[in-house]
Amino acid sequence: MYTQAMDTAPKEERAAIRNADEVVAEQAFERALDNEGFIEAKDWMSDHYRKTLVRQISQHAHSEIVGMLPEGNWITRAPTLKRKAILLAKVQDEAGHGLYLYAAGETLGTSRDQMLEALHTGKAKYSSIFNYPTLTWADVGVIGWLVDGAAIMNQIPLCRCSYAPYARAMVRVCREESFHQRQGYDALLTMMHKGTDAQRAMVQDATNRWWWPSLMMFGPPDDQSPNTAQSMRWGIKRLTNDELRQKFVNATVEQARILGVTLPDPDLKWNEARNGYDFGAIDWTEFWQVVNGDGPCNKERLAERVDAWNDGEWVREAALAHARKQAARAAEGRKAA
Amino acid sequence: MTASKTDLANAKAQAHEWPLWEVFVRPKAGLDHKHCGSLHAADSKMALQLAREVYTRRQEGISVWIVRSDQIVASDPADKAMLFDPMEDKVYRHPTFYELPPEVGHM
Repeated sequence: MYTQAMDTAPKEERAAIRNADEVVAEQAFERALDNEGFIEAKDWMSDHYRKTLVRQISQHAHSEIVGMLPEGNWITRAPTLKRKAILLAKVQDEAGHGLYLYAAGETLGTSRDQMLEALHTGKAKYSSIFNYPTLTWADVGVIGWLVDGAAIMNQIPLCRCSYAPYARAMVRVCREESFHQRQGYDALLTMMHKGTDAQRAMVQDATNRWWWPSLMMFGPPDDQSPNTAQSMRWGIKRLTNDELRQKFVNATVEQARILGVTLPDPDLKWNEARNGYDFGAIDWTEFWQVVNGDGPCNKERLAERVDAWNDGEWVREAALAHARKQAARAAEGRKAA
Repeated sequence: MTASKTDLANAKAQAHEWPLWEVFVRPKAGLDHKHCGSLHAADSKMALQLAREVYTRRQEGISVWIVRSDQIVASDPADKAMLFDPMEDKVYRHPTFYELPPEVGHM
């Protein structure tokens, strides 16, 4: 689904003493970045670059995995078999996106288990949006429309990011993401155009609840994102948080009109001079509260992930034991022959 | 972190992980298998099953190869110049190096 720029990276520390080979390698690395080239897994890279990418990619992967929970809540209660099949496919995609991203993260020398451990102990973050509850079926549609819509805005620029394994994973993710947004909007259109008054009210209510958290998905405002310049130079960020947020608002207003819902912001209006929509102030206190663990569902989401991991432990071990036994038997068979 | 230190930390942490496999998919008959990503699986049978679930959910392929990542032998990026740069001045290996009279036509 998507990552969140939170700019919590420590400042770059440079090793004081380096040998000549390393200096040459570093120059090649810097040159690649200057020329919008790619860095591959085995190429030389600075520690700071590596750490920042591990943080961003794993956080992105965690978001995909935790992101399955709010929607998974509705798989057994989808209104029709068609919607159920669609939702299953979408949630399976999110699992796939998490896996592509974990694999990209692993190329940086961090193991899958290390990343999961960081998630399960609360050390690693995931997108704040998934700490909100999915109260009605309309929430599933609105998540597709707004949350995946915001995710697409965020992710498309990452297809050109400097770290090649991450860029390749993002190409794959983005190819699949468009279906996610369209199925959500389609479900909402059905409710708005063919549904009852109660269903239409449900869509409006879901829109009201998800609108502001969706805008927060782009991360803190630019003047509170001190590492944006660094991330831009590394090509792991192509547009600033505020630029992406503005793009998203501009695209969404017309979609809301066609759908027939009102976006819950009295200050939302077209600004001819800026060639974009002005919008009201975002409650950043709420954002930081949710990011730091105090959202409506933080504890529930994390507990569910930890339980799933612990409950699966015997399966992981049994599969490994089986594989080892089979391999041993095959080796014995070869010896006997 | 140096490469060897990374590898060591990684090997330690991976003691309980399912091994890593690289996945190659043939998009359609007549095309090469192409690397498309990696995954963890306990054995080759599971790796094939998971490759299907993770990498071909939309008919991206008609055939899958999987290979244990630790079985791949790769060139070192540090040798890139030594290995590949010598080809730079061998332009005569390309058909465009030769200027033929236009009357010859397509050759």
